Amino acid sequence: METLKKTNLKKKNNFKWYFLIIIILLFFPLYFIFPDKGALVLNSFLKLSLQILPAFLIVYIIMLLMNYFIDNKTLKKLMGEKAGLKGWLISILAGIISAGPIYVWYPLMKDLQNQGVKNRFLISFLYNRGIKLQWAPVLISYFGWMYSLILLLTMALVSIPQGIITEKLIDYKISK
Amino acid sequence: MTLIPKSVYGQIFTGNLFFDPIIGSVLGSLLTGNPITAYILGNGFLKAGISLIAVTAFMVSWTTVGIIQFPAESLIMGKRFAIFRNISAFLIAIIVAIFTVFLLSII
Repeated sequence: METLKKTNLKKKNNFKWYFLIIIILLFFPLYFIFPDKGALVLNSFLKLSLQILPAFLIVYIIMLLMNYFIDNKTLKKLMGEKAGLKGWLISILAGIISAGPIYVWYPLMKDLQNQGVKNRFLISFLYNRGIKLQWAPVLISYFGWMYSLILLLTMALVSIPQGIITEKLIDYKISK
Repeated sequence: MTLIPKSVYGQIFTGNLFFDPIIGSVLGSLLTGNPITAYILGNGFLKAGISLIAVTAFMVSWTTVGIIQFPAESLIMGKRFAIFRNISAFLIAIIVAIFTVFLLSII
């Protein structure tokens, strides 16, 4: 069983590199065939990389501090099986205030998942990343404050049933 | 996304009140980026006569569904996690859109 797990993990790790190599191999010939579009894509990639870098640092500092100061027992109490309302509030607020691209948050989420945080709270966290208060003035200026308020509140509230239902679907095993 | 002109997105909608929210949610799921981009595009769609429900579904799925990020999410969080989370977020985008516009109409 352990060997099978290790083999699967190795396959997954290999896939990461194959995917990257395929993308690089595809990009360069296309760059020389369509230099203008290639430059546009390269520029977009560089901009995204620069955007990700500070967020990466923040996330890894959070991970370091959490692993150092918060033990598994506390985490399970806050966002584990019996967390209740506290767990929902933490995941909704954390989702709203979290910044940076989602890629940088996955390692932290995996770490939390391994430490016993329930999937329902991680799903709610991800959904609430869709609420960005710093962009709310733009939303209000385009769609009005009443629409914006209803939309953002609905999104925050709906993340609770989404977390519960999706977690049940993830855990559901087809029994013979 | 970098290569497709923004004006093309608006031409995808049909004007059908039933299908447009689904199209909005599909389009929002396929694209990714900062929420502000979705708001700007959504405002443009609204001005082009696309229904508020479709525009809302588009903006919500833009920020909550991640087809582009799916390989990374699946690799790190697990395949079942990524599949079910994205499917539920896609469907919920349509429900949120209907509910938001309904509430707005009665308040």
